[in-house]
Amino acid sequence: MEREVDARGLACPQPVLNTKKALEEIGEGVVKVIVNNTTAKDNVKRFAESQGCSVEIEEKGGDFYLTVVKGEVPEAEKKPEEAIGKDVILICTDTLGTGDKRLGEILMKAFLNTLVDTEPKPAKLVFMNNGVKLTTEGSEVLDALEALEKKGVEIFSCGTCLDYYRLKEKLQIGEATNMFDTVKSLVGAAKVIGI
Amino acid sequence: MNDPNLLVGMERADDAGVYKLSDDLAVIQTIDFFTPIVDNPYMFGQIAAANALSDVYAMGGKPLIALNVVCFPVKTMDISVLREILKGGLEKMREAGVTLVGGHSVEDAELKYGLSVMGTVHPNKILTNTGAKIGDCLILTKPLGTGIINTAIKGGMATEDSATKVTNCMAGLNKTASEVMQEVGANACTDITGFGLLGHACEMIQDSDVGMIIYASSVPFFPEALEFARMGFVPGGTYRNKEFRMKLIEADKKIPEYMMDILFDPQTSGGLLISVPKEKADKLLGRLRKEKVKDAVIIGEVVAKPKGKVVLR
Repeated sequence: MEREVDARGLACPQPVLNTKKALEEIGEGVVKVIVNNTTAKDNVKRFAESQGCSVEIEEKGGDFYLTVVKGEVPEAEKKPEEAIGKDVILICTDTLGTGDKRLGEILMKAFLNTLVDTEPKPAKLVFMNNGVKLTTEGSEVLDALEALEKKGVEIFSCGTCLDYYRLKEKLQIGEATNMFDTVKSLVGAAKVIGI
Repeated sequence: MNDPNLLVGMERADDAGVYKLSDDLAVIQTIDFFTPIVDNPYMFGQIAAANALSDVYAMGGKPLIALNVVCFPVKTMDISVLREILKGGLEKMREAGVTLVGGHSVEDAELKYGLSVMGTVHPNKILTNTGAKIGDCLILTKPLGTGIINTAIKGGMATEDSATKVTNCMAGLNKTASEVMQEVGANACTDITGFGLLGHACEMIQDSDVGMIIYASSVPFFPEALEFARMGFVPGGTYRNKEFRMKLIEADKKIPEYMMDILFDPQTSGGLLISVPKEKADKLLGRLRKEKVKDAVIIGEVVAKPKGKVVLR
């Protein structure tokens, strides 16, 4: 499917809004957006990329022609209106609660398995300190984490923690992250659930 | 024109003009007006007034009297809108202890409102935007992100909570922050408005003998601004600010683009950026927080090298 959006002369943020509407309408395909200033060009490019689309830009006669290609529905089942206000779950150890260790492991496994089938999903899971034992070799919850990752949940493990426990090479799922990104994820979340 | 009594003029793009009347009295004059930032006329009046008064606070002065500046499409807009705007402005002036002494209105197709403000300051206690000394700590008193979030509000993408939070922040006076700063003492100050944090920071150190280090992860901002920046709800001013000042900035490559947007985001009625001697920094921060300037935080320091540049870590 193809759509054209002529956003020339429209005030910010109308070009982004019109692009958003067109992308929602086509499901899959190409949206061609025409703008006539660099702010609109940068913002539309930014928006399209944030929605998982690829963007090519051509300049012709002072106007910018953006070809936005929306492929298969991106893994993250985000409805664009939900792009803001995402939750982050912070997991700082490998058991749920203190008390009996084995019970804690069972509870953590159950929690993550239940999360796979629950809506809405958190945007991210952030694992810190002992929590990185859950994302590395030997973890009992890798299946649940893989299922979550397939549904678009981003999985991050603290790089410092992985180094400390010498687990960097044993990371099985998601990415290693740094404190800057961790703090930004927490601060930028709609809510943070710590377990 | 070379008047020896002109203490701060137009040369350094400072927040206001300052003119010496006697050895212990100088007068500050400033003017600020703009088109509506928010839909609610009363809040627009409050924000415009707070914004105009801020320049006097940024110079370390005390605003005393003000004049309304109004441009209004009287043929196409109901006069009750203007009444609400002026009410908002008046109540903000009352809050600041400032007396409205008059004003001027002009018919205009585009609505604008603001104030011309007169204040006073001791000639030896003026805080310009230069004067930062090596070793100073940099304190910011309000979070960033109003430009980006206002763009998102225009696009109907922000929640009502976000909108209210940002509106209240913009309508907040820098009065308390300034009074505490004047009591504890500082070396330089400016308020963060259209050029964004980094734009105004560059004003403080360009062509000078000092530079700055700003710790990006210490800079307070509204969390929603990050996501909106990622989605492209970035006002044109942000890109222009970046282009204008990027050559004075040395940014760590790990700092994401959308964080740079927040640091260059044009603010409306932003907080004060204060350069305070290191030994007074904790006291200033403590007093600010005690007086309910709860978002005040140390974001960096003034350094000897690189001269005239801002390093972002």
